[in-house]
Amino acid sequence: MTLPDGWVMVIGLEVHCELKTATKLFCGCPNMFGDEPNTNICPTCLGLPGSLPVLNENAVELAMRIGAALNCDILASTFHRKNYFYPDMPKDYQVSQYDEPINLNGRLDLPDGFRVGVTRAHIEEDTGKSTHVGGDGRIHGATHSLVDYNRSGVPLVEIVSEPDMRTADQARAYVTELRAILVATGASDGRMEEGSMRVDANISVRRSETDEFGTRCEIKNVNSIRSLGRAIEYEAARQVGLIEAGDRVIQQTRHWNEQQGRTITGRVKEDADDYRYFLEPDLVPLDPSPEWIASVRSELAVLPATRREAVAAATGADASATAVATVVDLELDQLVLGAVAAGADGRIALARASNEVAADAEGGRGLDVAAFTAVIAMESASEITATQAKTVLGELLADGGGDPEAIAAKHGFEAMDGSVLDSVVDKVIAANPNEWQRYKDGDAKVTGFFVGQVMKATGGKADGKAVTAALVARTKA
Amino acid sequence: MAKRLTREEVAHVALLARLEVTDDELDMFTGQLADILEHANDVEALDVSGVEAMAHPMQLRNVFRTDVIVPALDRDEVLSQAPSAEDRRFRVPRILGEAP
Amino acid sequence: MSESPTTAIDIAAAVRDGRVTAAEVVETHLAAIDAREAELHACNAVLADEARAAAGRGDAARAAGATLGPLAGVPVALKDNMCTRGIPTTCSSKILEGWRPPYDATVVTKLQEAGAIVIAKTNLDEFAMGSSTENSAFGPTKNPHDVTKVPGGSSGGSAVAVAAGFAPISLGSDTGGSIRQPAALCGVVGLKPTYGTVSRYGLIAFASSLDQIGPFGATIADAAATYNVIAGHDPRDSTSYAGAMATIGAAELAGDVSGMRVGIISELVGAEGIADDVKRRFTEAADALSAAGAKVEETSVPACVYGLSAYYLIAPAEASSNLARYDGVRYGLRIEADNITDMYTQTRTAGFGPEVKRRIMLGTYALSAGYYDAYYGKALKVRSLIARDFAAAYEKFDVLLSPTAPTTAFGFGAKTDNPLAMYLSDVCTIPSNLCGDPAISVPFGTGDDGLPVGVQVLAPALGEPALFRAAAALEGSAP
Ligand SMILES: [Zn+2]
Repeated sequence: MTLPDGWVMVIGLEVHCELKTATKLFCGCPNMFGDEPNTNICPTCLGLPGSLPVLNENAVELAMRIGAALNCDILASTFHRKNYFYPDMPKDYQVSQYDEPINLNGRLDLPDGFRVGVTRAHIEEDTGKSTHVGGDGRIHGATHSLVDYNRSGVPLVEIVSEPDMRTADQARAYVTELRAILVATGASDGRMEEGSMRVDANISVRRSETDEFGTRCEIKNVNSIRSLGRAIEYEAARQVGLIEAGDRVIQQTRHWNEQQGRTITGRVKEDADDYRYFLEPDLVPLDPSPEWIASVRSELAVLPATRREAVAAATGADASATAVATVVDLELDQLVLGAVAAGADGRIALARASNEVAADAEGGRGLDVAAFTAVIAMESASEITATQAKTVLGELLADGGGDPEAIAAKHGFEAMDGSVLDSVVDKVIAANPNEWQRYKDGDAKVTGFFVGQVMKATGGKADGKAVTAALVARTKA
Repeated sequence: MAKRLTREEVAHVALLARLEVTDDELDMFTGQLADILEHANDVEALDVSGVEAMAHPMQLRNVFRTDVIVPALDRDEVLSQAPSAEDRRFRVPRILGEAP
Repeated sequence: MSESPTTAIDIAAAVRDGRVTAAEVVETHLAAIDAREAELHACNAVLADEARAAAGRGDAARAAGATLGPLAGVPVALKDNMCTRGIPTTCSSKILEGWRPPYDATVVTKLQEAGAIVIAKTNLDEFAMGSSTENSAFGPTKNPHDVTKVPGGSSGGSAVAVAAGFAPISLGSDTGGSIRQPAALCGVVGLKPTYGTVSRYGLIAFASSLDQIGPFGATIADAAATYNVIAGHDPRDSTSYAGAMATIGAAELAGDVSGMRVGIISELVGAEGIADDVKRRFTEAADALSAAGAKVEETSVPACVYGLSAYYLIAPAEASSNLARYDGVRYGLRIEADNITDMYTQTRTAGFGPEVKRRIMLGTYALSAGYYDAYYGKALKVRSLIARDFAAAYEKFDVLLSPTAPTTAFGFGAKTDNPLAMYLSDVCTIPSNLCGDPAISVPFGTGDDGLPVGVQVLAPALGEPALFRAAAALEGSAP
């Protein structure tokens, strides 16, 4: 879906990610998803009278990693209180970085080279979680709500992009890439379904002949990258529809409803929104030393973009190919690179890693590079067929290792003699004259039929590519 | 000299602070707060250009704790102090709108 | 047993030597409470059972040969804004009535480790906002020297507890003078230590950048002994000072001030509303230091006069945020309502008294959009100016001197209708809080009405040794 001609959408994203620390931002309670309600609580994260916050050093370290990975300036920073009443916020203020965030002025390059500016990436604390009783679990229509403070005080980094994106695809690619970076740096586990990564999209539309931004709406409650694309397209179209009908867009928060496939009105900005930000007097300024910043930058994990380029270079694939992204995302790139370095065919190694091995990524990350290399080598030398290679890989993964040649031998996999294959192909053609005629007439759909028949006759030992080659040779005879 | 605090401003502030004030109280608070702010007007004459704001008496920086788990509070003890609890959670009346 | 010891130091020594048991000490003090508490209302809770049990444990430990701490067997009264596990901690507010904290404040733990026995939680102005203890939701505390007069505040209950012999020592908190002013009005010693030297963990916040816990004692030595126990770095308080802190010992308590440079803050002595009898006693005190060999001179700390204005913007601003959490969700009072917003509003409206509401609204206003720069932002800059002027004064002087409070204890109701008049009681004490510097009030005779007068000694941050030296000299020469 695209906008009508003459319209441009403008997208900025705010991504909240929970940091992968052992404890919360300001207290020693476990930072753990899915525990029994109200078991990871203490005076500080419950906001009990007299309690005080003390900053988690590791949260700062992880926030700095995010800044480094996004090419931000890492700066001296402070914490403010954002004051508003809400039951999931135990102190009725949120501690957040305001005008002096730790990370400023970064950027993120999408796989296709499009550059998105990163305004800032700052540290703040998460809120507790409300469950609404009655009203189908939604806030409206509920009779009352129940609050669990396990999540209260979990460290977050909010990454705010510039409004640089112009298509839903770019927004999707941004979140996909950002997620990969967060995972690669060990800063966050990036699980959108568990809410450890949450995306809000600021969307506006404007006519292409103007530079002036339109009124924006903020879309919340987007729970997957797929939903993000749908929500953005829906919302942009809604705004264009409003304007074309002579109406205007009202600045507001809207919620994505996955079932209905639309955004619905949430919270309208009110005059009473006055957060009375001021410096949090219970905390002191954060001023990481140049040595600390330098060590975070130098020890930063190799980022997905660089890893994709390495895989592409080694396998001859395009750096933006899905298979390349898959092996990097699943951390199978070392397997592929190792196999290629040991002489394996890059194209085949990438294909097997991004499909069969990717299906059991955890097993794949533990797979012996030499064994994987051996399988690829047998396949590329046509000692076994692709189908047989998949079988061997499957057993290696299932057993957590083994000798590929022994597995192939056990199954009786061996290269089929060319003359044997020729005679089988001739017999199959003779038995199916009508299909053969269609094949000769150029009906590609019957190729599969012939390959299947030959496979059946050889007990699966034939190489599909060799069968196809034999068929082609016979049309020219 | 800043203009004198108005009743409407006090009413707005009471709303932000989640306090209800009667008409009489509004008159009283408006008068008292205006007097206090007027007394504070003596600082208005001061030239503070180039003066750093001092939010805190101790010029400390970089105070951290290590990322080590500390035993949590006992849920029953905590919930026993709650005005209302249900299903291991704090119970609150219906919430009117989303968090900002 | 001869005369029973009365000071904390003597009690601890006697308990350690076995001349008296902790149990006996506790009974003596419970009897003192029994005799006058009904009249004075210094306590929100008298912890007789807990104190007896703690005394029993202490005596058993001694019998078992344990080494006893510096405050062994010493009863201590705690201002009821310090958290005590399982024991109601109210801030003298209806909104916290009945709340039993699930944890102890760091100072409570430190006192107990030193052998002290918590005997009472004392009354205060609600959330420590006030200068007379009349703002307590549970009724005012009376001055033991004249029960028709206020004890000062906000730590009025803790000052009275020591003045009336309920406990030899007590703890208060001081945000703008809340230890020193009631100490002056009740005729006891009250110390506000350097910001950051005593942990705030477990102290229910009024204004975080100004609050500091400190001791009351009948003597300078008892205040020092208590300070030595409660001071120290606390990793649970980010604003806790991590460097070396002085221990106050015999050298300071000897009160030798020969050669000490003492500056009299002319702006505070000459401040509006300083009563003549207070001024006379103050002059005697300055003369006494001079006679003891100190070099006493008048000096100017010009920005000092803006302290009150800056304070009454900064403290309410922080308070408005610190007191947001009293919302009826997790602890304390709740007035049930149809929806959460009404519940918040009705709970807070019913739970807070007028002075607390006044300060919450003032602080909310000072921080709100459009007024921040004019009020809160400006006040923080004025705070800088004040700190700068004090720093300049401390280039020339080891300690500074002023009256603690403008007048002796005033009558109930005298200032309740005029908040600004009440705030002016703190004009001399506020600057130390803004700067984070230590200050102490030392009793120095009485006024024309026969009621106690206090003299304040101020020192630069971490200047407690000089502070105590001068304070001990004043104590030694007090009429
Ligand atoms: Zn916690």
